[in-house]
This record gives sequence, C-alpha cells and structure tokens, in this order.
Amino acid sequence: MNGPKILFKIPVLGGIPVTETIVNMWVIMAIIVAVCIFLTRNLEVKPTKKRQVIAEKLVGMLYNLVEDTMGPGHKKFVPYIGALFTMSICGSLSSLFGVRPYTADLSVTLGWALVTFCMVQFTSIKTKGVGGWLKGFLEPVPFLLPLNLVSEVANPISIAFRHFGNIAAGMVITSLLYGALASLSAFVLGFIPNAFINSIPIFQLGIPAVLSIYFDLFTSFLQAYIISMLTMVYVAGAGEA
Amino acid sequence: MERAIVLAASAIGAGLAMIAGIGPGIGQGFAAGKAAEAVGRQPEAKGDITSTMLFGCAVAESTGIYGLVVARILLFANPLINLL
Repeated sequence: MNGPKILFKIPVLGGIPVTETIVNMWVIMAIIVAVCIFLTRNLEVKPTKKRQVIAEKLVGMLYNLVEDTMGPGHKKFVPYIGALFTMSICGSLSSLFGVRPYTADLSVTLGWALVTFCMVQFTSIKTKGVGGWLKGFLEPVPFLLPLNLVSEVANPISIAFRHFGNIAAGMVITSLLYGALASLSAFVLGFIPNAFINSIPIFQLGIPAVLSIYFDLFTSFLQAYIISMLTMVYVAGAGEA
Repeated sequence: MERAIVLAASAIGAGLAMIAGIGPGIGQGFAAGKAAEAVGRQPEAKGDITSTMLFGCAVAESTGIYGLVVARILLFANPLINLL
C-alpha cells in the first residue's frame, strides 16, 4: 500500500508532480462532461427521447433531495451538490474498473471539504452580516471562543477524513485480501510440480467480489450521499438567521 | 537498533490506534437497533428512518476514521522515523 504514483512532473516552479489521482480525475471529469453533453443535446419541450427522460428524472431527483434537506429557497446550491455527488460517486466506483479511486487521496476530499467550509462561512456572513458572524463565535458566552473556533475548523477536517478514510480502508482491505488469496493459492497449487500452474492465483477469482459489494458499491454510494448530505445540512444551518 | 525499536513501536501503536474502532462499532449497532425498533413501530416511515440511520452512522463513524488515519500515518508515512 503506497500513495498514488507520480506519473510525470510539470517543469514549472521546480516541478509540480502529477499523480495518478489527478490523471484519473481528469479522465473521469471528461467522461462526466461528455455524458452530460450527450444527455442534454436537442432538448424538447415534450420529451420523446429516452435520454431526455433520464436526464429530467435525475435532475428532478436532485432538486427534490436538496429541497427536502435544506428547505425551499436553496435552489442555487443544487448545481454544487449535484457536482459533488457525481464526482464522489464516479470517483469511488472507478475502483470497480481496477483504477485507483481518486477519493482515496486525502487532497481530493480535503479540497471538497474546504469548498464546503468557505461556502458555509460565506452563507453565514451573508445572512448575519460581518458583525453577526463574528458575534456568533462569542455565543453563548465569550469565554467559549476557542471552542467555537475549533468546532468550526473541525467540520471540514471530519468531512474530508471520513470520505478519505472509508474509501482508503476499503482499498487497504481489498489489497490485503488479494495478497492473502495469492499466497493461499500458491500454497495449495504448490503441491503440483509445474511452475506455470503454480503461478495462477486461482483463489483470486470471484472471492474478492463478495467484499467488493460492500467496500466498493455500498461504501461508494453511502459516502457520496453522506458528503452531499453534510454539505447541505451545514450550509442550511449557516443560512438560518 | 533505534530504528528497529521505532518501527516496532509504530506498528504496535498502529494496532492500538485501531482499538478506536470499538466505539463506532457499539454506537452504530445501537443506532441500527433503535432504527429496527422504529421500523417495527412505524413500518410506513421506513425510508426516512433508514436515511436518518445511515446519516447518523456515518457521523458516528468519524472517531473510528480518525483512529484509522492515525494508524495509516504510523504505517505508511511514519513521521517518527525521520527524527532519528
């Protein structure tokens, strides 16, 4: 288990490393953009094509989710929540194709969490004004100021670590299982005196798929749901006067 | 010799850090039990109960995740070995 591989370096500012994470992310972003363009081409007032019905259904579900969680009047957050959810789920599910999931890199999830953090503070300033926002740190008693600051900073850290930790733990356990199954099959097939047959990791076939249902499918969906849900809850909480 | 001691202590420390997993385990089990009770009492609210439970479980999980992060730092990006 190592960090993402550095594929090449951009020769500016002493070499900016470009890791596997960044490359995977850009490829998946390109795929998402292509799918979005495909789904929204030639829209009609009365949908006749399947793909327009699918697109309308997805967008409608997203609007419903945001309205259920944040209450009415928060429609401007729908694009961000949708983008966050899509990026998270596509990134985590990319591990099903044997790609290193980019959500298993702390920098990605920390980036999302920082965007959320800025959004929460901005919404808070917008609803309460700068004075009210600063005063919020002194409540209920001024003496709690350090605790309020810590709890404010802890939010993005816990969001980022939760998403990163879940996906990375799945990756660690899956690779441990693959290693264990490889040595098990090497041991069992070791009784056959043939170098080619010995090198076939026969137990790696099918068995990891059972764990993959939990660690890849379930965790991916759950973490995408959780990160967008927490973002909505925090932003809606900041928007209340 | 010093290196070996630091490495062994880090491995033990990583194992100890994962004891943090007990807390979320108990907490999530409790939440799931309460959710099962709630579904038993009000089966028509199953969807809301499930999403609330998953949300609560994920939030309760953070302490366990912190333990995991500490263990991973000790194992894969050990800061102590550079101090020697």
